[in-house]
Order: sequence, then C-alpha cells, then structure tokens
Amino acid sequence: MTRKQKRGVLIGAAVAILAVAAIMVALALRDTIVFFQTPSDVAEGKVRPGERFRLGGLVADGSVRRGQGTKVKFAVTDTLQSVSVSYEGILPDLFREGQGVVTEGRLDPSGQFVADTVLAKHDENYMPPEVAAALKEKGVKLGAGAEHPGGKSN
Amino acid sequence: MIVEFGHFALVLAVVVALFQTAVPLWGTLSREPRLMETAKPAAILQLVLFLVAFLALTHAYVTSDFSVANVAANSHSTKPLIYRISGVWGNHEGSMLLWVLILATFGAAVAIFGNNLPLSLRANVLSVQASIALAFGIFMLATSNPFLRLDDVPIDGRGLNPILQDPALAFHPPFLYAGYVGFSIAFSFAIAALIDGRIDAAWARWVRPWTLAAWMCLTLGIAMGSWWAYYELGWGGWWFWDPVENASFMPWLAGTALLHSALVMEKRETLKVWTILLAILTFSLSLMGTFLVRSGVLTSVHAFAVDPERGVAILAIMTIFVGGGLTLFALRAGELRHGGLFAPVSREGALVLNNVLLTTATATVFVGTLYPLLLEGLTGAKISVGPPYFNLTFVPLMVPLLIALPFGPFMPWKRGDIVAVSQRLILAAVLALVAMVATMALAQRGPWLAPIMMAVGVYVMAGSVQELTYRAKIGSAGRDEILRRLRNLPRSIYGTTLAHFGVGMMVVGIVATSAYQTEKVLVLKPGDTAEVAGYTLTFKGVAPHKGPNYREQVGTIEVMRDATPITTLHPSKRIYDSPPQPTSEAGIHASWRGDLYTVLGDAQEEDGGYAFRFYFNPLVRLIWLGALVMFFAGGISLSDRRLRVGAPKRTSRADTPAGAVAAE
Repeated sequence: MTRKQKRGVLIGAAVAILAVAAIMVALALRDTIVFFQTPSDVAEGKVRPGERFRLGGLVADGSVRRGQGTKVKFAVTDTLQSVSVSYEGILPDLFREGQGVVTEGRLDPSGQFVADTVLAKHDENYMPPEVAAALKEKGVKLGAGAEHPGGKSN
Repeated sequence: MIVEFGHFALVLAVVVALFQTAVPLWGTLSREPRLMETAKPAAILQLVLFLVAFLALTHAYVTSDFSVANVAANSHSTKPLIYRISGVWGNHEGSMLLWVLILATFGAAVAIFGNNLPLSLRANVLSVQASIALAFGIFMLATSNPFLRLDDVPIDGRGLNPILQDPALAFHPPFLYAGYVGFSIAFSFAIAALIDGRIDAAWARWVRPWTLAAWMCLTLGIAMGSWWAYYELGWGGWWFWDPVENASFMPWLAGTALLHSALVMEKRETLKVWTILLAILTFSLSLMGTFLVRSGVLTSVHAFAVDPERGVAILAIMTIFVGGGLTLFALRAGELRHGGLFAPVSREGALVLNNVLLTTATATVFVGTLYPLLLEGLTGAKISVGPPYFNLTFVPLMVPLLIALPFGPFMPWKRGDIVAVSQRLILAAVLALVAMVATMALAQRGPWLAPIMMAVGVYVMAGSVQELTYRAKIGSAGRDEILRRLRNLPRSIYGTTLAHFGVGMMVVGIVATSAYQTEKVLVLKPGDTAEVAGYTLTFKGVAPHKGPNYREQVGTIEVMRDATPITTLHPSKRIYDSPPQPTSEAGIHASWRGDLYTVLGDAQEEDGGYAFRFYFNPLVRLIWLGALVMFFAGGISLSDRRLRVGAPKRTSRADTPAGAVAAE
C-alpha cells in the first residue's frame, strides 16, 4: 500500500465509526429523552397520551394515601393544578408532603400518572430547580429555602 | 490567628504564581537561563504556601472554629474527627483550595523530579502550570475565600450533609481532583511544546508517567464515588449516568486515549499532532467537569456553588485555557512534522482504533450530558437524558473496543498479521464460549445479549493473560526458561496485562449485575420470611438506636442459605441531628457470588409491617475490584525503570537517526 492508501484506510475507518456514532446519537436523542412537565402542562394537554415524561411539583398536603403492601398514591401540585400519582415501591427518604418531588412514568387512560420512579433528593430546604423554575413561571410564591437549592452551603 | 496566617499564605501563593507565570516564560522568550531557573524554586514555594493555607483551614475545622464562616456553614462540633477533616473539602471554598493545592503539588513535582528536562521546556511547563494556579487563586480570593470571619460567632456549626459523612466519600474528592488536576501536567507540557514549536518522542516519555499517575487517581476516585453511591444511596445501582458522574468520566475516557496515543508517539514518533490535541482536550474536559459540578449548572449533591457569579468566573477561566490552548494548537500544529508510516493492521493501527473509539465514546457522553443544557437554553424545554440514551450510544462503541483490545498488545509495530494474532487468541475465544454457555445454563433468563457480553468480558480477561503467557513461552519452553523470561519481562508489560485484565473483570461485573439483578419490594411483619436469589431472609424486628450525631431505627434480618445461618443484616433509617436529614443505610452481605442488599422502608401504619427492598447483585464486586486492579496495574507500570519519572534523556534519542527530529 502507498502512503496515501494507508492514510485513506485509517481516515475512512475513523469517519465510518464517527458517522455510525452520530446516527446512533441522533436516534437516541429522538427516542430516549424524557421531557419535564408540571401539573399545569398536563392540564393544558401538552402531554401526548402514553408518552413517558417527568412530572414535577410539590407533594400536595394531606394527599398521601398508602394502599396494600407498598402501593401509595399522592398528588403532585404546582398550586394551580394537580395530578394524582400512583406508585408501587419504597419512597425516597426525603419524600414528604409539601416538599418538592420529581416522578417519572406515564398517564393512564383515566388521567392518573403511574410513576415507576420517584426522586426527592438533597436536604430539607431543597427543591429541584426544574420545580422551582416551573413554579416561579406560574407565579407561585416560594419559601425561603426554595430559591437557594444549595441552601446550607452558602 | 492561624486562620489569618492561612489567608495571608493564600494571598502570597497567588503572588508567587503570578511571578512563576511571567518570569520563566519571559526567560525562555529572551533566552535568559537565570530567569528560566527561577521556575523551580517558585514552584516549590508556591506549593509550601498553598499547603500552609490548606493546613490552616484544616486546623480551623479540626478545632471547630465557628468564627470562620466556612467552618460554621459546613461543620459541627459533634462530628467525628475524620468527617471534620473531610469537611474541609466537603464544600465549595475548601474544595477549590484542595484543587489548587493538588495543582501546586504536581507543579512542584515536575520542578523537583524534572532535572533532566531541557531548561526552557521546564520553564515553560511550570509557567503554564502556574498560570492555572493564578487563575484559580484569584477566583478563590475574589469569590470563594474560605478564610472569611463571621461577626456573630454561632454556638455551633450547621453540619455536613449527612450522606457525605462516609469513609469512601471522605477520600473520593482528593483522588478525583488528583486525577482531574494531574492532567494539567499533560496540558502544560502540550502548551509548552507548542510555544517551543518542538516536539519529539522524548516529549511523550516525559508526559506519560504524569498522565498515568493522574489516570490512576481518577480511576480510583471514580470507583470510590460509584461504590459510595451503591451502598449509601440505597438504590442498589452503581452508576446512574448522572451528569456529575459523566463530568468525571469524560476526562477519564480522554485520558485513557491519551495514555495509548502517547505510547505510539514515544515508540514510533507518530500521532504527534493528535497526542498534543488529546492532551489539551483531556484537561479541557477536566476543567469542564469542575465547571459543571461546581457552577450549579447541574443539579446534584455536588453543586455547592449556586452563586451565578462563581459559575461565570469558572466559565471564564475555562474559556481562557481551553480557547487559548486550542488557538495555539491551531496556529502551531501545522509546523509539527508528521512521523513514521505504518500499515493499518499493526500495533499503531490498533492504538489508533482504540483512540477513535474512545474519543467517539467521549463525544457521545458529552452530547448526552450537555444536550439538556443546550435545549433548555435554546427552547426552554426541560428534558432528562438517562441510561437508555447511553445504552444506545456509548455501549455499542465499547463492544468493538473490547473485542479489539486483546489484539493490540499482540500486534507488532509497523505491520501485523491479523490471522496470526487470531490464532494466538484461540484459547481466549474457547474460554469465552465456555463462559457464554455457562451463563446461559446458570441464569436461564435475562436479555439474549447478556451471555454474549459475559463471553466478551471473559475473552478480554483471558486474552490479556495470554499475552503474558505467550511472551514467557508458557507451554512451549522449559520451567527455567519460563521463569527467566517472566523475571526479565519489563514491568510495563505486567502493567498492561493487569490493566486489561481489570477491564475484563469490570465488564463481567457490569454485565452480570445489569442483566441478572434480582429486585424485590415487599412488606414484612416481624417473623415473616422472604426468598431472594436462594437466600431465606427472616425479619426479626426494628429497634431504635442512637449514634454520635444521629438517631436511627435499625431493622434485624437473619439470612439463611440451605438451612444454614449466613449472617444477620441491619438495614436502618437514620435521622441526623444537624442538619436534620433522613438517610437510609443499606444492610449488605457481600460475597464472591454477589451482594445481598437490603433496604428498610417505611412502617406500614395499619398492621405493624415494614416495607423492604431486597436486591441480589451477582458478581457486582468485580466492578470495583476491576477498577482497583487497573489502579495497581498503573502503579506497576509507573515503577518500570524505563518509565520512571525523570529517566528519559533527550540525548539518548539523539543517537538514533529516527529520533531527535526537531519539529521545524
């Protein structure tokens, strides 16, 4: 092989790998990403039926109902609208009424959100920034801790 | 008093860094050796001053001096000593101080051990290194000074986030930072070479040990973080493709590529331009990791600095170094002469494939991590990119890499024979087939791809060992000959074999855990039993308990297997005193077979039962053990005489006509 051919083979192989990777990235970004929605977004019909998405907001006060075994129901609210959520499993340590929460799953035909993941991380002042931003957008007044997710570190 | 002393030392260190940035570089530009020689004492002095500052802050933490704002905000007098010390870097200001301390340590190490570097190269390297310290030093003094006092001294501090109070996490940041910051040496060498316009094989020999040391630390740091997430967060997972994890994983991938391309450059004097670019990119990704994690752009337990001012400042620093580095590269790269020729099928070719796959994989992780930020900035839509994305993009790139991996070390330089190498790997292929059949027979469930991936893992392990047996002629030569050969093999060969073996171990652990994990969520009343992966678990009850700075509810679970008692597990739910935050402590029974992992959930109001989550994670240990093997493999390689810091001399390369080619 000549110098040119050798280089050609290497560059060709590298470009082929990059092209395949780029196609996979494009496909994956189309199919696997999950959007974040608030209860108001759901009420406005922004979610397609059967679409997997993240629902975030506050756990409505007095809404947590434990069922058989580890089944649990609660409502997620942005204080304007709320969506009823059902979940089977163990809730995170920081899950509490009146606190920020992010859940992931799908709406069932009756409009109930069936979650397979519930996230409530960080310290007691913490509110997920998506939730804080979304609530702010809706003009909801927030408590002292919510604006400052890093709270205690500053 | 000691705090003011530390503050003063920090200011002085920044002044020294300014001196060290300007004077040695001025020396090389004006060809004045006396100015170049100032770099060494300056680098050592800079280290001493940062160390004094760091020790002063540590002293404030250990003695719980709550008149210091940083201590009051992040420590608590009831905290055990080890967490008072680790609290120093468990916050934004202190972690930045640790960052520059490690940066100065690497700089001083180059100054001390780099006596055989050409004077101008050493001066340039230390000058670039000091400019990074200068930027971060000014950043600290301006926006994140850890030594500020409070006017009203609180009676006690606010405590460290309890999930960070953990032995593995106490040492996770120092190792991670040593990795991130260690790549600064490769960056400084790259910039110095570009300033000089000269680059040759000796350059790679000087850079490789530092890159290897940084890579080792980063490997261990990431593994510790993953291990911590596994047992502390109580989700039974070991990697979540969380943006913060990705931020540390990207420099690791690029650094791994850099180690391999520097090898080609050292042995064959080719891939020079690419290696320089990779050195710049690797440290750029480290800076980006620092920016992403510290700026609060990403939301996670790591995001201390939600102050937008700080985020903008780190972004500015990053832009200067990444942009400056790449601009210099664009201006000078054309002047670097290209090196030797090689056939596509050769050791060089294999290492190029390694580099293409690793950098492409880095790019996919990069896109997955930054796309949500980009999309939110452009359209305001909030999305999350999770494991499904990475399974579709990153994982498929790893498969060809793993299959090609054992071929690499068998390939001769310049021109290889793929058929001959395949024949040598037949044994590894047979073992892989056995592993595949065994997996199918044992598991009888799970995705169809899993047994194949198990086979790939075993093939990588066996193929790596085969390289050693081939070189030692095990199976063909006599016993004395084998022993003699084993003794005479360079340590770097053992390092390569062991590191690749560690990769294989990890693959086996990852595939087994991902494909064959058992998960059960159920409610048990005292006296109830549950069956999990062949274990019988009996729930005995829950009792309260008080720790040094927390209260907890401790569950007792007796574990039996084949009617013989194995162990008693105590998963618990804790509430820390300050800050009052709940955490779950998993009860884990670890064995070679896998980990039995138990988490205590909430009490059920009506019937006195408790919710439990049980996992069985087969072979999960191999993931972290594989990382540990890779770490030690790096150490063995580093102890190789040929690679030892300072060993190479430029003159030795000048003997061979191929070497010592100035780039002009």
